[in-house]
Amino acid sequence: MKRILFAAGMALLLVAAVGAEEIKPAVVFDMGGKFDKSFNEGIYNGVEKFRMETGIEYGEFEVTNEAQREQALRNFARRGYNPIIAVGFGQAPALDKVAAEFPDTSFSIIDMVVDQPNVQSIVFKEHEGSFLVGMIAALASETGKVGFVGGMDIPLIRRFACGYEQGVMFVNSDAQVYQNMTGTTPAAWNDPVKGAELAKSQFDRGADIVFAAAGGTGLGVLQAAADGGKLSIGVDSNQNYLHPGSVLTSMLKRVDVAAYDVFKTAMDDTWEAGIKDLGLAEDGVGWALDENNDSLITDEMAARVEAARAAIVAGEMSVHDYMASNSCAY
Amino acid sequence: MEQFGFFILLLDATLRVSVPLVLAAIAGLFSERSGIVDIGLEGKMLGGAFAAAAASYVCSERLAAAGLEGLLPAAAWVGLAAAVSWSVLLALLHGVASIRYHGNQIVSGVAINILMSGLTVLLGIAWFSQGGRTPQLPPGGRFRPVVWPGAEAVAEVPILGHLYSELLSGHNVLVYLAFLAVPLAFWVVYRTRFGLRLRAVGENPEAVDTAGISVAGMRYRAVIVCGALCGVAGAYLSTAQSAAFIKDMTAGKGFIALAALVFGKWRPVPTLLACLLFGFLDAVAARLQGSFDLEATTPLVRALVDAAPFVIEALPYALVVLLLAGFVGRAIAPKASGIPYVKSG
Repeated sequence: MKRILFAAGMALLLVAAVGAEEIKPAVVFDMGGKFDKSFNEGIYNGVEKFRMETGIEYGEFEVTNEAQREQALRNFARRGYNPIIAVGFGQAPALDKVAAEFPDTSFSIIDMVVDQPNVQSIVFKEHEGSFLVGMIAALASETGKVGFVGGMDIPLIRRFACGYEQGVMFVNSDAQVYQNMTGTTPAAWNDPVKGAELAKSQFDRGADIVFAAAGGTGLGVLQAAADGGKLSIGVDSNQNYLHPGSVLTSMLKRVDVAAYDVFKTAMDDTWEAGIKDLGLAEDGVGWALDENNDSLITDEMAARVEAARAAIVAGEMSVHDYMASNSCAY
Repeated sequence: MEQFGFFILLLDATLRVSVPLVLAAIAGLFSERSGIVDIGLEGKMLGGAFAAAAASYVCSERLAAAGLEGLLPAAAWVGLAAAVSWSVLLALLHGVASIRYHGNQIVSGVAINILMSGLTVLLGIAWFSQGGRTPQLPPGGRFRPVVWPGAEAVAEVPILGHLYSELLSGHNVLVYLAFLAVPLAFWVVYRTRFGLRLRAVGENPEAVDTAGISVAGMRYRAVIVCGALCGVAGAYLSTAQSAAFIKDMTAGKGFIALAALVFGKWRPVPTLLACLLFGFLDAVAARLQGSFDLEATTPLVRALVDAAPFVIEALPYALVVLLLAGFVGRAIAPKASGIPYVKSG
């Protein structure tokens, strides 16, 4: 009898120990750093929320050059961190290598697909979110001309541009969309002066709203719009507060929710490898409405955008994805 | 008429884009004319941009905290002063390495570029913890456009009114400063005793030394002028054209300025024209991209228009290579450029 009790007690202890098993999560931020007011900051907000709620500390690293990505990922894996979030498409080649070296570690990469059995690839349907802000731009534009400034010229950014263009055309098929890419190297994410100049070139051509999907470069775009009395649209995080009354809305990519979920599911032991494609239906993308821009968004605008959103979620309407065909023919 | 207006706006953009190039190129002109090769224009500009943004931010914070919002424009000038001082310090570092210690001037210049690329971000993280950026400046803490008297009134007058209100008026004070720097540099280099000696130390330092003039003294003065102008260029980037410092925000402008200097054959006016040319091409590229309905054209035309901005980006460097290879006239650097002056016993 004693023995049985003892065994039961041990089993209980064991269960309790498993239930309370602490995870040791880590995150490797991409270039731009965790306070970029955009993509990386979204991740930071998500993992901070997790830390506040659970009290579990996480390891973090901000890469400042290409070579550090692989080192940082490998260091965390070697030191037993699990799960590890790799932020940004630029980490894909490094992660591909490191994930193969540490098959028992769970990795999540945000914004790119890495095909490894222990990697969870979280991607967003940016075209769907961009479609909605494109609609808002077209509804708010007085000139019928709107602009887009992208960062580095890669398919991901073309996907933003293409969704945006479709949204604009959906509301006003006569509208004109000017598109500029800042450059072809990673320096294009950090050139606010060039971003401002591109935005001004679009304003000169008659555009009155510009959507920036360009990381740090986008801050220059938003600034140029505020300086020139025009409207801008932010990206990734809610950037409405940067220039209240001048930022029309922001295309939200809920990277904060995604990052939070990675840690949370790992803690609950429900983390799964594979591809997670988050769109409007999953609330992975959206548009921002808060006290900084509610004077710019009329009820009618909001109603039309919400109707389109519902139609997309219900599958009655679809937004063409640039990356599906590598062209913006829709 | 609409096309004329568009053209004016294009020239307007050209001026804006050229300013940092003009300032940095004229800075390089002083240094190189004295015989000190300066590949560190980029680093000094970057350092200046950071110093300007950091100082004006701190200053405008203090002013706002003290309830002196009216004095905010002073913050921009404090930033400018910080940028100039910091950049002059860097120039002196380069000067000491290459004048006092006869070091390799290319190595010293590259060192300054690398140092500033890292140090600005490091200090930015330490002071403002925004990933190496400085916080955004309030509108008052920046150099704002200066509207010339009557610009509003004549804006509707065709051509002349347009020229006056769009092209001449409405820039910030640093833009005017940059374009004043060119005739001033011309006058200093060609019409003053300082200029004569400056050119002489760059061509034949032995002769200058024989005449009883300090070669080192002349060269130090030249690098100080160079540093000051680079500082203004940096302040323009972070406190006039944008409203914060972002890491590596100079994005190669120092090298393009150097290219313009070579292209202008180390003379102020041709250098200015080269800067304006590069600025103009940049402004055209921004307007070329994505402004046509390309679906109707052939794939070749589409590819060409798509590639144009990136070809234009590479053009300054390509032109300099052609020039140095002797295809477009000849570029002859000051004769003693890059050679440390060692007094022979």
